[in-house]
Amino acid sequence: MSNTTSEIGEFDAEATSPEQKTRSRAAQFVFWGLLLAFLAAAPFFLYPVFVMQLLCFALFAAAFNLLIGFTGLLSFGHAAFFGGAAYIAGHVLKVWGFPPILGIVSGMLFAAALGWVVGALAIRRQGIYFAMITLALAQIVYFFALQMPFTGGEDGLQGIPRGHLLGIFDLNDPFAMYYFVAAIFLVGFLAIYRIIHSPFGQVLQAIRENEPRALSLGYNVDRFKLLAFVLSAALAGLAGSTKAMVFQFASLTDAHWQMSGEVILMTLLGGMGTIFGPVVGAFIVVTLQHVLSGIGSWVQVVIGATFIACVLLFRRGIVGEIARLLRISSL
Amino acid sequence: MSDEIILEARKLTKSFGGFVAVNDVDLRIKRGAIHAIIGPNGAGKTTMFNLLTKFITPTSGQILFNGGDITNKKPAEIANMGVVRSFQISAVFPHLTALENVRLALQRSLGVSYQFWRSKSVLHDLDAKALDQLDQVGLREFAHLRAVELPYGRKRALEIATTLGLEPELMLLDEPTQGMGTEDVGAVTELIGRVREGRTIVMVEHNLGVVAELADTITVLARGEVLAEGPYSEVSKNPQVMEAYMGVSADEEEMA
Repeated sequence: MSNTTSEIGEFDAEATSPEQKTRSRAAQFVFWGLLLAFLAAAPFFLYPVFVMQLLCFALFAAAFNLLIGFTGLLSFGHAAFFGGAAYIAGHVLKVWGFPPILGIVSGMLFAAALGWVVGALAIRRQGIYFAMITLALAQIVYFFALQMPFTGGEDGLQGIPRGHLLGIFDLNDPFAMYYFVAAIFLVGFLAIYRIIHSPFGQVLQAIRENEPRALSLGYNVDRFKLLAFVLSAALAGLAGSTKAMVFQFASLTDAHWQMSGEVILMTLLGGMGTIFGPVVGAFIVVTLQHVLSGIGSWVQVVIGATFIACVLLFRRGIVGEIARLLRISSL
Repeated sequence: MSDEIILEARKLTKSFGGFVAVNDVDLRIKRGAIHAIIGPNGAGKTTMFNLLTKFITPTSGQILFNGGDITNKKPAEIANMGVVRSFQISAVFPHLTALENVRLALQRSLGVSYQFWRSKSVLHDLDAKALDQLDQVGLREFAHLRAVELPYGRKRALEIATTLGLEPELMLLDEPTQGMGTEDVGAVTELIGRVREGRTIVMVEHNLGVVAELADTITVLARGEVLAEGPYSEVSKNPQVMEAYMGVSADEEEMA
């Protein structure tokens, strides 16, 4: 793993001087400002459902980045958590009549439990084998989604009610729903930000940088990896549950392996191991899919070409490159 | 006190398939000593080292630390008991600062490492101690430089500072001067000499100059077995050792 991970954030050899710290703070401040301004103003300029879709995928990618960017684990099965949570949230909202928040929490808890099982099995192996195990287990989840009666098979789980938030706000109103989703995104994104900047996150970065050394310092590496995996799965589940509520629909696409691939693409495009990269990457991919939806399956070609261009021209992803130009180590 | 045994290996054997890398080795490390393990290439030094640090499990035999059996313990467990290793390739966390590197060793004592909901700022309580640790190895002024930006010799010093952060009873150093220029070798040798106070050090080392200067006892391995053991002055005159190292027997050399 060290070969692939040592390239993360490989910036010009320069000291982390106080001046650099100021620059780093200023850049983060600008990104936070832009993000908050966008969250507040977006529904006035853009179609709210589209923005909500952006936010769900941005959160999904940020959750995924917690693993690849900050722990050095490449999961190829994150769609299972995203899609699995969407089905569970949809079911409890529709059939059991749970209120919105409880529905979303149910999906999230399911994703966390599933993440615990998948993680516990996958962390026994490293590198490509780790990725293969996550892929295989995610395919099993996909199979369940296809076969179980409550998921609606090929038709998906349709007509998921949005309900009333706290019994007061009618979420069928696009604006009410939008700010509910924006709040969920913000909570999820802040949680990820905090995890990265916690004592736990510090150990995760140590594991990413040099696993045997972290082990020799007495850290139980497997337990750290498992907890990181569960957290990432839970947050991916938060994104999936929210998406099911936004579209009032949970489908096989959400749990398909292509979705796992898409989230990798978003993260790499934006810059893995950066804070804002996955958000930027998700915005770009989802926007491209929307804008180019007229050309049918050629969208995939355009996105593929964009991806190749990005990998060749700026390996660190968009935000990673900006950080390099500003000569700061985290953005 | 000085004769007390801190680490003991009994009839330690490790075979990979049919190849026996370490064969029936007995080793006794005295508390407070610097004990070097040397030997020609392929003698089983690295295997021996990995066995002692629990990175691999022996095929048979026993390892005792302070009289307790640690044969079946995991690396993280023995690290918590005070047995800490270094690595052949300098083992730092490259994209973390020197300060963060050392702080990671200190962090475990706070008991907050699983707390993903807390701010990293709780770790700042450890900064003073980490700086102190860096000071010991002459790296204080580089505290905010990322490890990847340090020259090789300094990375090694950083690694030792990190290891010291765990306050190990027993330090195992895997070729501490490997790949270094003469200047750095001198600096690291001096550093090890300085930090040995109150500790026991086991090192695998190629550089016989370093071994001669530091080690109290030397174990020479050849083809997985102990060839000789004793202080440098004794071992270096042992004819079998000379043969293993030079490829000639002592008499041949005398004749030449």
